[in-house]
Amino acid sequence: MFQFIVRRILIALVTIFAISIMSFVIIQLPPGDFLTSYVASLASQGDSVSEQVVQAMRENYGLDQPIYVQYLKWIGGVVQGDFGRSLEWGVPVADLIWDRLAMSLMVGLSSVLFVWSLAIPIGVYSATNQYSLIDYISTFLGFLGLAIPNFMLALVLMWIAFSAFGQDVGGLFSPEFQDAPWSFEKFINLLSHLWIPMIVVGTAGTAGLIRTMRANMLDEINQPYVETARAKGLSERRNIWKYPVRVALNPFISTVGYALPSLIGGEIIVAVVLNLPTIGPILLRGLLSQDMFLAGAIVLLLSVLTVLGTLLSDILLALLDPRIRME
Amino acid sequence: MSNNNVLLEVKDLKVSFYLTEATVQAVDGVSFTIEAGKTLGIVGESGCGKSVTARAILGMVRKPGKITNGEILYHRAGQAIDIAKLDPEGPEIRSIRWGEIAMIFQEPMTSLSPVHTIGNQMIEAVQLHKSVSKSAAEAVSVDLMRRVGLPYPERLLTAYRHELSGGMRQRVMIAMALTCSPRLLIADEPTTALDVTTQAQILDLMRDLQDEYNMAIMFITHNLGVIAEMADDVIVMYLGKEVEVADVDTVFYGASHPYTQALLRSIPRHDVDVERLETISGSVPDPTAIPAGCAFHPRCRHYVKGACGTPPLVQVSAQHQVRCTRVYEINEHLAAAQTE
Repeated sequence: MFQFIVRRILIALVTIFAISIMSFVIIQLPPGDFLTSYVASLASQGDSVSEQVVQAMRENYGLDQPIYVQYLKWIGGVVQGDFGRSLEWGVPVADLIWDRLAMSLMVGLSSVLFVWSLAIPIGVYSATNQYSLIDYISTFLGFLGLAIPNFMLALVLMWIAFSAFGQDVGGLFSPEFQDAPWSFEKFINLLSHLWIPMIVVGTAGTAGLIRTMRANMLDEINQPYVETARAKGLSERRNIWKYPVRVALNPFISTVGYALPSLIGGEIIVAVVLNLPTIGPILLRGLLSQDMFLAGAIVLLLSVLTVLGTLLSDILLALLDPRIRME
Repeated sequence: MSNNNVLLEVKDLKVSFYLTEATVQAVDGVSFTIEAGKTLGIVGESGCGKSVTARAILGMVRKPGKITNGEILYHRAGQAIDIAKLDPEGPEIRSIRWGEIAMIFQEPMTSLSPVHTIGNQMIEAVQLHKSVSKSAAEAVSVDLMRRVGLPYPERLLTAYRHELSGGMRQRVMIAMALTCSPRLLIADEPTTALDVTTQAQILDLMRDLQDEYNMAIMFITHNLGVIAEMADDVIVMYLGKEVEVADVDTVFYGASHPYTQALLRSIPRHDVDVERLETISGSVPDPTAIPAGCAFHPRCRHYVKGACGTPPLVQVSAQHQVRCTRVYEINEHLAAAQTE
């Protein structure tokens, strides 16, 4: 087991290194650099910058140096927690992203919890009562959830929250808590805002996971080991939750790792609609304006989170399923 | 048959499966008794209803199947409990399962959970029926695993199923079945998935344990060789009905139903030289379209149109029943015995 974990960690480090190069290359792929688009946007507003100033900025940001030097400078800083300055915002990238990343994690984790706590029981019920009325209803609602565009669900929920509960909507905090230090009241305020993005981001995933759980369970509940447990006199409920659910959960655990990045990708539109202070919107802006240090940092961090998540789910899976440990 | 010894009485059991296309009569009016300490063998091809009968005894007929008729009387302490009428998820049937009637299955590969240790599953079996501590349950498990010939039983407690061979898994299943000293052990093709040597070992083991624990065994198989070795009484089933019921010697030396005779002819023998092994012509009909009249007639070499009808179970001697209208015409020895 120890060996297994060490090997996985080493593989993860190599992967992260490869990812850092990839992220850097991706950022560099669009023609031109930040200064080109900066100058272009100034020009479109009727301003112009002298060639000298542009040249000075280029040197200042290191944009005139060979690409591998740029990479080494960048990654060297990253290792020390310095992601460079955001060219567009004029502040260190680190100041911009940590809070937003935390908020993204918060929204992501709460919707994963939302999805699991809804999808697993419903999936188990649908499988054990296949073709029952509730099976059909949950399937129908699940597909409905999958089909409704997230931004529309977001708008509808905002309207409900506003008109029925008189809640101020949008963002994750009420204005008075926006810049307040962390307190219990602020936390409660966060929870009262969090449910909308949680539901919006989670709904589509719930539908998918209900289907997955249902299918996995249907594969398992007629297996002989379930029959054996039943023949032993185990009650139906204990049997279901101890044996087939346990085996059917494995595919879920192996997807924990990439749940987060896919949530952040899927969340951008919702975050824009709901005005959430999360990472998605600034990633989008960073990419549009070729703010390479900002976009690079976010792409890198998300990738690292994916790798760490995968590492985590590998280890979890090995703990839960003895067959995985044998290799 | 002394009645005090009767453990289980099945009377006119019918089990139907309600599929969308059709209703399948998987078990169609089967009756038999099992006596304490004896072995009843049930033989038949796949789909003849033998496994469904076994499941019905534990109240474990799978949906969309349903017991539609008959009684399954389980005798204990002078009382008869009708298992067919018990709630299949209720506490009564659950205390009978494993506590008094245990079952081992055909697939030792998958009868154990892939993600729980052997110890976990054995201790669970003990603790479901006896209020003992975990360490006491562990001791019982280790003891039984040693009894069924498993090496290093203590180590097996923390092993998983994929670490065991097929024979070991079936031994674990047998040990687990014995945890509560059942009065009846239902063995549904317990050796089919094993190689021949292992098969012989497991059968020996089961016979030894039967003597030791004085338990009855209901042995389900399609293998007549296994029946010869294990059974006291035999039921030959075809498409949900018993076609011949007799003691084991009668079945092998005086088989009187054309189906039983055909089954026996299709076994290779070392004392008879034949060019080709005989097979039963045709194949088992689709269970949704069981032939009218005698279900075996399309494959029967003695079928005479108009003479067979729907055969009853003919009592040809005290312990011997045959479901064939022409049983005396096709069996000279029976006809001779009858005229005497």
